[in-house]
Amino acid sequence: MAKEHPILETRDLTIRFGGHVAVDHVSCAFERGTLTAIVGPNGAGKTTYFNLISGQLSATAGSVLLNGEAITRLSVPERTDRGIGRAFQLTNLFPTLSVRENVRLVAQAKARKGFDLFSVAESHVELLERADHVLAEVRLSDQADQTVSALPHGDQRKLEVALLIALGPQVLMFDEPTAGMSVDEVPVILELIKKLKSDMDRTILLVEHKMDVIRTLADRIIILHNGALVADGEPSEVIALPIVQEAYLGKAPASSGEVA
Amino acid sequence: MLTRLLSGDTPRSGLLTALLLIVLISLAFAPFLFPGTKSLETAARICIFIVLVASYDLLLGYAGIVSFAHTMFFGIGAYGTALALSTTGPSYGALVWGTAAGAGVAALFALAIGLFSLRVKAIFFAMVTLAVASAFAVLVSQMSWLTGGEDGLNYKIPRELTPAFKLIKAKVFDVSINGKILAYYLVFFAAVILFLVMLRIVNSPFGRTLKAVRDNAFRAEAIGYRVVWYRTTATVLSAVMAALAGSLLAIWLRYTGPATTLSMEIMIDILLMVVIGGMGTLYGAVLGATLFILAQTYLHYLMGVAAEATSAVPVVSTLVAPERWLLWLGVLFILSVYFFPTGIVGRLRAGRA
Repeated sequence: MAKEHPILETRDLTIRFGGHVAVDHVSCAFERGTLTAIVGPNGAGKTTYFNLISGQLSATAGSVLLNGEAITRLSVPERTDRGIGRAFQLTNLFPTLSVRENVRLVAQAKARKGFDLFSVAESHVELLERADHVLAEVRLSDQADQTVSALPHGDQRKLEVALLIALGPQVLMFDEPTAGMSVDEVPVILELIKKLKSDMDRTILLVEHKMDVIRTLADRIIILHNGALVADGEPSEVIALPIVQEAYLGKAPASSGEVA
Repeated sequence: MLTRLLSGDTPRSGLLTALLLIVLISLAFAPFLFPGTKSLETAARICIFIVLVASYDLLLGYAGIVSFAHTMFFGIGAYGTALALSTTGPSYGALVWGTAAGAGVAALFALAIGLFSLRVKAIFFAMVTLAVASAFAVLVSQMSWLTGGEDGLNYKIPRELTPAFKLIKAKVFDVSINGKILAYYLVFFAAVILFLVMLRIVNSPFGRTLKAVRDNAFRAEAIGYRVVWYRTTATVLSAVMAALAGSLLAIWLRYTGPATTLSMEIMIDILLMVVIGGMGTLYGAVLGATLFILAQTYLHYLMGVAAEATSAVPVVSTLVAPERWLLWLGVLFILSVYFFPTGIVGRLRAGRA
């Protein structure tokens, strides 16, 4: 029965802040094993759309469905348990802890060992191994013992991605994952995202500004503009649309300063 | 073996290890090393406050929760044991069920406060605990038919724990082994066990999650931790530990009253001990409590000596007059926060790296 449902779907998803409609009746379905790029000018509602899906914001109207089941009223950790994972646009880590401990905590959450009161955390070797494995994948092994707050910005971005990979959810949402990374680090992360999609059959939503990144990764592009979904389709056809040329690719001045 | 007992959380600094060993050995052999009623009184107080301060650090340093209700939980434990002993007589049964009841009531209170107010902003939780603790203190002093009001409760404890009981006739190192010494060792070993249990908790997966919640509750939710439940559990655990420390105090003093358990002054002392020792490390509780109580007990004595010695020098002798000890304690506190913002333990561990 799950076959007929897309893994993730939003129906008429809407949120209003006072008089401002930040996300306006967005209906969209996402299939397993696909990568969808979400594109739009600043203030178009891309991050807000993410917040509505992962639960940091509650919708004013409409619904979010995971495998056909409404999750609109669930809390953030409940949605995480069901398989929605999120990496943040502004780096959002555990700053006083070590890099390895950051990833280990994710592995621990996934193994549901958080309420284990009487064993020593280090005795759960499998969690440490998992952390080290993920750190090797994002090329952060050498920094494993450093405190996160002392890490350079680019490495913090990589760790942000590492946390999501360690969580390994069904749906992964990346919010400008490569912003602030040095040029030689970007391909490493893009390669990882590609692998997650093809090898692991995960569904990926990606907010991204760099057109070359979108062209290499995306199976599909949706365009948000003033909170509404204005275009949806294969990358080549969407990029060719006049509205995209006008609203996004800088042919006309983009609106800015609204809710991100 | 030792590392396992310490849950892998070794002091990680030579000087810190040495200081902790000095405290441990001094407390373990206090009746023989420092004979006399007053020094034994101080040693027992240090043991009890190490547990109390460590339990507060579990909340403040690990979970990042500011609470002003810690003395309330300390008091609930003390009154639990005191009421059981004073109403049903000095039996071990009363002692045990009174202590258990105190811990249970403290847990329920903590659960209720946690669930009602930990969802909201941290400052709001602090205010709620302040209000509840003040109301509780007023209630205890008003319900004098039960609690003895401001006078508190005097009661008997099992005879084996009182000075009247002699374990052996002969003296050991010139100290007679009476029930008071047994009571001291009850306090000492209970404190050691409770401390080791807390050390295990803060190094468990749960303790690590608390640190994550303290660092970034928003992200902790996003990786699947239910933050409210972690904060509430931390509040409950810390309340139970504080209540058990209160029971130890009730057994040791054979008296329980608002001034020894519930006063805001003790709450502030606990805060100072945590900060001086170093937040987010239980060893800080050991050093903070030991130094603070030693200063509290002996500073005015030391200053008396100093005033005597400098009596010829006019200004200095006035400055170090024994009645000004509280001023100097304040100065010491300000200096220690200024020079060791991460506490003594934080400073010592950083010095190693």
